[in-house]
Amino acid sequence: MLNNIKQSLILSGITIILFGIIYPLFIFAAGQLMPEKSEGTPVIASGRIVGFENIGQSFTEDKYFNGRPSAVGYDAASTGGSNKGNSNPEYLEEVKSRIDTFLVHNPDVNKKDIPSELVTASGSGIDPNITTDAALIQISRIAKVRGISEVRLEELVREYTEKKYLGLLGIEKVNLLKLNIALDKIN
Amino acid sequence: MNTEILSPVLIVIVTFLLAAPLGKYIAKVFKGEKTFLDFFAPLENFIFRIAGTDPQKEMDWKENIKALLTINFLWFLWAIVILAFQNLLFMNPDNIIAMEPTQAFNTAVSFMTNTNLQHYSGETGASYLTQLIVFCFLQFVSAGTGIAAAALVFKALSNRSGNNLGNFYNLLLKSCTRILLPLAVIVALILIFNGTPVTFQGAEQVITLQGDTVSVARGPVAPMVAIKQLGTNGGGFFGPNSAHPFENPNYITNITELASILLIPVAMIFALGYYLNRRKFSVMILSVMLLGFTCLAASSIYFEMNGNPEIEKFGISQPLGNMEGKEVRFGPSLSALWGIATTSTSNGSVNSMHDSSTPISNLMQMLGMQLNAFFGGVGVGFINMFVFIILAVFISGLMVGRTPELFGKKIEAKEIKIAIIVALIHPLIILSGTALASHIWAASADPAGSLKWLNNPSFHGFSEMLYEFTSAGANNGSGMEGLSDNTPFWNIAAGIVMLIGRFIPIIGPVAIAGFISAKKFTPESAGSLKPDSVIFGVVLFSVILILGALLFFPGLALGPVSEYFSIMK
Repeated sequence: MLNNIKQSLILSGITIILFGIIYPLFIFAAGQLMPEKSEGTPVIASGRIVGFENIGQSFTEDKYFNGRPSAVGYDAASTGGSNKGNSNPEYLEEVKSRIDTFLVHNPDVNKKDIPSELVTASGSGIDPNITTDAALIQISRIAKVRGISEVRLEELVREYTEKKYLGLLGIEKVNLLKLNIALDKIN
Repeated sequence: MNTEILSPVLIVIVTFLLAAPLGKYIAKVFKGEKTFLDFFAPLENFIFRIAGTDPQKEMDWKENIKALLTINFLWFLWAIVILAFQNLLFMNPDNIIAMEPTQAFNTAVSFMTNTNLQHYSGETGASYLTQLIVFCFLQFVSAGTGIAAAALVFKALSNRSGNNLGNFYNLLLKSCTRILLPLAVIVALILIFNGTPVTFQGAEQVITLQGDTVSVARGPVAPMVAIKQLGTNGGGFFGPNSAHPFENPNYITNITELASILLIPVAMIFALGYYLNRRKFSVMILSVMLLGFTCLAASSIYFEMNGNPEIEKFGISQPLGNMEGKEVRFGPSLSALWGIATTSTSNGSVNSMHDSSTPISNLMQMLGMQLNAFFGGVGVGFINMFVFIILAVFISGLMVGRTPELFGKKIEAKEIKIAIIVALIHPLIILSGTALASHIWAASADPAGSLKWLNNPSFHGFSEMLYEFTSAGANNGSGMEGLSDNTPFWNIAAGIVMLIGRFIPIIGPVAIAGFISAKKFTPESAGSLKPDSVIFGVVLFSVILILGALLFFPGLALGPVSEYFSIMK
């Protein structure tokens, strides 16, 4: 038994150093070859850091392409989803009121064209994307607020669309932060 | 046609193509044969010399289990001490406080048992030091423990007659250095290349485009995500796990992490075939596993892509499917596949919130954990399957009226008794835990006001409790996270369930293997049961399904099944 404890103690001590310290430090060192990415890929616009490429941020103003609802208000220090079940009546009320709000802000949109992602919260609460279609239906609102032609906006959305891999795999989407920065540059 | 279903099919195929050579390699590592990673040997020998371990000294099953339990107990002590005092230690730029005692107990047990149930939230509950020297460390060695335990069973099945099952310390270290470490390095590099951070700087304050001030949590994420995926650990760096864009930034990382969940559990079965030189036997097991897995995954994918019927009633469109709790970059099909991969392998990482999955997906996720045999955790997946194989051999033997035999060894009363106990303890701890929690909830005068456990009413609320105990019992670690589980009751109850759910299903099967190993070998004859035949596969699949269905369906009927019928179109 004593022999077991001694072997276990030493083996544990060394493996803590190996897997808890050396392994992460090795990966950290490898990460230094890609310094931007290993810091989380900050995005710079008009001379300051406005966010991180993959971390979604709140876009609720009419002049921006709006993102998805977030259960944590896009708080990137305390992320999470709503954890509401499909059948939860309170949750369903909330979705309904989001639909109504969306229609008030986007009077030109038909209710049946609203994609559900725009009225349901993401898992992380900081989803950086919406689908291309979800961006396109917001064009007429943004065109009115900003006085940019709808054609120009559609071009912009197409330009910022991240296509499917090999044209087959994944989902066609836009990164809202990049798209909205580009939008600001037009005006 | 919707091309979204192509990705899941492709991922499973690629995983199998990668797992076959990996399995061959694992078998070589277990046998101590030459491999291309032999440059680790001097390091391993150096470690053994300091520790006074003779890696060649083989031990019987009891000595090996003693070694396993001793070292696991030390890990538990190490973890609980660091967790309870993390506020006083260094590498804590965001000034995270110490864990409360029952939470520290739960978390220490959770990571030691390869469960990674998290009653804390990564970015607010654990310092960088804790994440590395407790979580990342345990994610390696707890996975190594499972793989080493499986290796003991492999050895027992290959013995003609003898007590020696190998040396646990040797197998543990080599599982970590030769199998987990190289794969983890590869996966971590793929992740960084795609935007997963690895930094020791604290949270960054930014002013967003719209002018809000937000703080963005970061950290040494990549190394931990790699090993939590590969070692069927599942404990993420951030609260939402692989739904968080830093843990899982894009489509490429998503398929890499998904394949990593399945890779080693599948490779272990290939390894069995190479180790015993019985390829057909491992093909039989893999077919049973893949069939079960496909049934679960196909149902879940179908329902997630169809969306939530309640939302359809509002008259909007669900072009992607059920999007609550899901990320646009993954979409429902890959979120559903992940949900099944993570539950049927006891991984427990998530890339969508299971609390917001459709009821049938919840059903399939829980079944994955309850049957716990369709691939299963690294090493322990095969060990669970081994129990079912023993039972299937016994039942087949009864049906044809012969003494049950496996590979020329008689299976007798002692082995069957242990197998039955192991098979019944799993549902016992899950169902009695859920019953206790439901009783406390029902007996409370104002449960919603005073207990505040449940985030959802009715059937779904019951599912949240059943899911938590299922996850703890199967050492899975995922959760329907609406459950407010950081209370002394849940911390202690889930902690105990995890301990029983980890060690009984390791000790029992290793003991069976030890007994079988010591028995006299009688050459297989024309009358012997052929464990690599299709017929035996059918019996095995039926045993798993019937045991699981009989034991768990009453519980499942009260939760996800009822919820499904309540919102059906």
